[in-house]
Amino acid sequence: MAHPTVAVLERHLHLYRRLWRASVFSSFILPVLFLVSIGIGVGGYIGDIEGEDYLVWIVPGVMASTAFQMAIGESTYSVLGDFKWVRAYHAMRATPVEIRDMVAGWMLYILFRVEIAAVVFLGITGLFGALRSPWAVVTPLIAALVAVAAAAPVTAFAASIDQDSYFALLFRFVMIPSTLFAGVFFPVEQLPEALRPLAYLSPLWHGVELSRAATIGVAPPWPAAVHVGYLLAFAAAGLLWAVSAFRKRLQD
Amino acid sequence: MSEQPLIYARGLVKRFGDFTAVDGIDLEVAPGEAFGFLGPNGAGKSSTMRMISCVSLPTGGELRILGLDPARDGSRIRARLGVCPQLDNLDPDLSVRENLTTYARYFGLSKAQARSRADELLDFAQLQEKASSAVEPLSGGMKRRLTIARALVNDPDLVLLDEPTTGLDPQARHLLWERLFRLKQRGTTLVLTTHYMDEAEQLCDRLVVMDGGRIVAEGSPRSLIETYSTPEVVELRFADGVDYAGKLEGIGRIDPLPDRILLYADDGDAAVAEVHRRGLTPSSVLVRRSSLEDVFLQLTGRTLVD
Repeated sequence: MAHPTVAVLERHLHLYRRLWRASVFSSFILPVLFLVSIGIGVGGYIGDIEGEDYLVWIVPGVMASTAFQMAIGESTYSVLGDFKWVRAYHAMRATPVEIRDMVAGWMLYILFRVEIAAVVFLGITGLFGALRSPWAVVTPLIAALVAVAAAAPVTAFAASIDQDSYFALLFRFVMIPSTLFAGVFFPVEQLPEALRPLAYLSPLWHGVELSRAATIGVAPPWPAAVHVGYLLAFAAAGLLWAVSAFRKRLQD
Repeated sequence: MSEQPLIYARGLVKRFGDFTAVDGIDLEVAPGEAFGFLGPNGAGKSSTMRMISCVSLPTGGELRILGLDPARDGSRIRARLGVCPQLDNLDPDLSVRENLTTYARYFGLSKAQARSRADELLDFAQLQEKASSAVEPLSGGMKRRLTIARALVNDPDLVLLDEPTTGLDPQARHLLWERLFRLKQRGTTLVLTTHYMDEAEQLCDRLVVMDGGRIVAEGSPRSLIETYSTPEVVELRFADGVDYAGKLEGIGRIDPLPDRILLYADDGDAAVAEVHRRGLTPSSVLVRRSSLEDVFLQLTGRTLVD
């Protein structure tokens, strides 16, 4: 008998099957365009950074930030819509599906989406010759950690609000600044010292540094276990928040 | 010992902050029964249904569904219930068939079981021709039939229908009643809420009338009408604004409504003859059988649907 979590995942996959063409552009082609324009175009003027070709240097950052942005983007309107308009979670609530199955099924779906993008991206960057270390094969796992750390709290947020206009604030004040200042395009050390802790708070920075360490084959700035531990803790807190937000939304 | 009731409630209470939606009700529903909650909007019907379907926990009192405690065994109970909510929550972007198979998977049916169950239910809901259509363009009646079919996907012991025909046109309602009647004949236990007396009369063996979170009367539709009303009712309308209530005294119990006067009588025609004998000339006269609407009016002083 299929686990209820799997049944929830299947529902999201069923819906994705109808829409996947539209998502190909944003999940595969966009990051590649990014690499070409920033990595090769801008990189041509920059030259080396930390002893590496700029393209090689930003590949892991773009990969982690793609996972980050996908996870956030997917967890906004879809989650709110399934509560507010479709009421899909209300429908599940009347079945043996438990709240933890709803959250877990949704996270598995996000992982499915992010992992496909991460693996394809890894393959393409390998063809560009932008991977320097065999450790690069672990980057999809890092992408998975970043994805859950980002998707879980955003899912919780989406389950707690009643108006989609809050998402504009989320994109403007959380997602875009995180992408710009989390070490994707330049080292965090370029930031004024007072601002750096903000980057350290973002799960994306930890994901970027781990991915960069893996693709270039150097040690990350902090011990790897600390980066991983931070991402795990962030994800765990987000999941707990999501379960409680779902419960609150569905009770009474 | 008699069969264990599927629903057992004693002193059931549901509060939302300061507001008491359900104010201490007692209930028992036996297997095979078609049981109804009749009452106006805000009477506490839906809150009661949500507690029975184990999606909302009681604030007070005792509740057993299928002999189990919703607070501890919610998931086990829900596995054996079929719920048709007041608001349709179908997946608009999935096809009609996918709506059934996806839902079947929530109950742990295998993919093959889900497919064959979907076929049976498409048949039951008369939606075979729409099987691969998206849900969005379906009519309200079709969506409702699909929601009801979906509620049957796990072959439930107890089917809960919250206002199953609200908002449907008469034709769609009759088709739906016919389907529900078929379920009832198969021995499926049905519990439904409605604010339509004709629906309650058509479908329910037994019902409770709710008002303000309490049960104000209980019985079969027939026995409620016998207890709280007369066999016939005469509806009189007068063209002018004169107060006719006094002039009708002695013919039977009178209920003056804003637009008409109801006259309760054992023999409607005899009552009309008496009205004419008194020289009154109503602009319209209707003699009809007494209905649950009259029962409700008698019990609460208000009409069900206004």
